[in-house]
Amino acid sequence: MTPDTTTGDKTAGAVAGGATRGGVLKGGGIKGRGSGRPGGADRDSAGLSLTLRGLYRTFGTTRALDGLSLDIQPGEFVALLGPSGCGKTTALRIVAGFETADSGSVLVDGSDISAMPAAKRDMGMVFQSYSLFPNMPAIDNVAFGLRLRKLRGPDRHRRALELLDMVGLTDQARQYPHQLSGGQQQRVALARALAIEPQVLLLDEPLSALDAKVRLQLREQIKGLQQRLGITTLFVTHDQEEALSMADRVGVMRSGKFEQVDVPDQLYANPRTAFVAEFVGTMNRLPGTLTSARDVAVLDSVLTVRAGAADGLAGDVDVLVRPEGLRIKAQPGGNGIVTDRAFLGSVSRIGVRLCGAVAVKVDHPSAHAGDFTPGASVQVSLPAEDAVLVAARP
Amino acid sequence: MAALTEIAQSSAPVPRHRGRRHRRFPVWRWLILSLAGLYFLTPLYAALKFAGVKAFGQVAHQSGFSSALGLSVRLAVITTVLTLVLMVPTTVYVHLRLPRLRRVLEVVTILPIVIPPIVLIIGVLQVAPASLKATPDLLALEYVILAMPFAYRSIDTGLRALDLRTLFEASSSLGANWLTTLWRVVVPNLRTALLSAIVLTVALVLGEYTMASLDLYQTFPVWIVLFSQDSGPVSTAASLLALFVTWVLLMAIVTVASQSSRRRGGAEVTLFTVGRQETGDSR
Ligand SMILES: Nc1ncnc2c1ncn2[C@@H]1O[C@H](COP(=O)(O)OP(=O)(O)OP(=O)(O)O)[C@@H](O)[C@H]1O
Ligand SMILES: [Mg+2]
Repeated sequence: MTPDTTTGDKTAGAVAGGATRGGVLKGGGIKGRGSGRPGGADRDSAGLSLTLRGLYRTFGTTRALDGLSLDIQPGEFVALLGPSGCGKTTALRIVAGFETADSGSVLVDGSDISAMPAAKRDMGMVFQSYSLFPNMPAIDNVAFGLRLRKLRGPDRHRRALELLDMVGLTDQARQYPHQLSGGQQQRVALARALAIEPQVLLLDEPLSALDAKVRLQLREQIKGLQQRLGITTLFVTHDQEEALSMADRVGVMRSGKFEQVDVPDQLYANPRTAFVAEFVGTMNRLPGTLTSARDVAVLDSVLTVRAGAADGLAGDVDVLVRPEGLRIKAQPGGNGIVTDRAFLGSVSRIGVRLCGAVAVKVDHPSAHAGDFTPGASVQVSLPAEDAVLVAARP
Repeated sequence: MAALTEIAQSSAPVPRHRGRRHRRFPVWRWLILSLAGLYFLTPLYAALKFAGVKAFGQVAHQSGFSSALGLSVRLAVITTVLTLVLMVPTTVYVHLRLPRLRRVLEVVTILPIVIPPIVLIIGVLQVAPASLKATPDLLALEYVILAMPFAYRSIDTGLRALDLRTLFEASSSLGANWLTTLWRVVVPNLRTALLSAIVLTVALVLGEYTMASLDLYQTFPVWIVLFSQDSGPVSTAASLLALFVTWVLLMAIVTVASQSSRRRGGAEVTLFTVGRQETGDSR
């Protein structure tokens, strides 16, 4: 669960990317590019910055975007994470040029592209649904953008093959989309998007239609390619694990705006709002009572929270705590009953029903989790640690 | 013509059901098949008998034959091209941008079937400029209207099987404009639907009589009727030939459609399913 991607990777990726990209460009030899597009001159550097500035968009009475602003560094991989309907796709479509914002602007490398049609934006996009052209074999799909850029036949072919090789599909070059598996189709779609050496790579839940194993493989592949090529990337997902494991930074969205934009470990360790706390990672909600300005009674003990944590709250509150923040031990007549146990590798996640019908998840080293079989009586406790307090749910 | 479209549009779900039932009662299947066969083949046989084999050889040598056939073919080509050029972008546009107009369009495109040709033609003759009235091309314009219901339905069915919005967006993110996408992506994926639109249009033009005769042009069907007053057997042979040519055309198109469908993993295309895209949903 602990996010394995930190900002440290980003710099390394960007540097490596610079070198690789130069090579690809020489090999591909795309000509006649860079006129009429913003910041077209300097393609050998890692990537271009992308800025969303105060985007608003309403559909009828639905406010899809409510003042969305974001700065993405050159070569950075940012994930938009949020529940269904929070406006992720809308934001991405506005960046791609398929949708227009009611107000606000999109800047690439500092220049406003809001008025530019989608076809001129040079954005590589991978869609959630399979979007390959059914009438063309994989290689022609990849070569489509190159053909529009008037790349000559042999060059085009070589470059398309290079890209298929990059996503590991050389053998499938001549196959039609219907002959490819879902994962293969999305890899071809990725190769097709990368073929035009996009200024920005946009991915709208590209993995959500795939089964779990393929999803994991593709996650790594996308991340690896992104780092190697150093392309500025905006990735939309509602899967927090995906966002945390792939992105340099994650923007958690709710109702058309950001709740918090941060590196994954910060998002996990220091969620700024209850929404983020509960959306990112697994979070338990324990009912408690504020007994003084900083003391909260929860689980048979009194916890002292950090100054300011209880501001604006009084009486009944909920204490938010991660599964790894709770302690569990076998104890006859304890405060809870084990309901289930899931093996996650080195730790096991144990479901416990506490008195008052509160269900919690507790992580415990698998080596010592043998006692916690369903039905066992246990004692769950909360060590004195920083906890997030929110108003009790009505 | 009308019968053909009806079959093309309504038959696809039926065969499965029928097939199952008939497997239990093979006798019925053969009986019905033979009855239907008799019903269709008897007049053909009678016509063949009446015309005699020699008449077929004479058809091509009759006065007016080649000019009438030439005119019909020319009209078929013009009508087909015009119909496709008009209907494909329109239908695609409606699917993409004005999906709510689809109902309206469906009603509008059915009008040429509802309104009798004689009413249409009188209306057209009232408003058409004299310069147009002087050429047979006016007839092609009228046929475009007649062909619209069939062409629209074929294309509409074909488009419903495609995720048009995603295809357009994918294509434009790669740098393609509307027309390029239409030509390189949409049209190739509409192969079957377009072929079916073409068959229906060509069959319609080659068989249309009312409008042509009212417009005083000697198209092939008009020629057959006129000529039958001179020589019954030869004109009967001519109409049998016309039937045969149309049939060969249909078979050729079905074959091509099957091949392209198989290549893309679609279902087998038969004469009866040529009007529907293999994966087309019917809402
Ligand atoms: N073209 C549209 N017409 C009307 N409403 C729309 C349109 N596009 C989006 N919406 C609405 O805007 C809101 C945000 O939609 P959006 O597709 O951006 O959500 P999302 O975060 O991508 O959700 P999901 O995770 O389900 O894909 C939703 O309430 C949606 O119903
Ligand atoms: Mg979405």
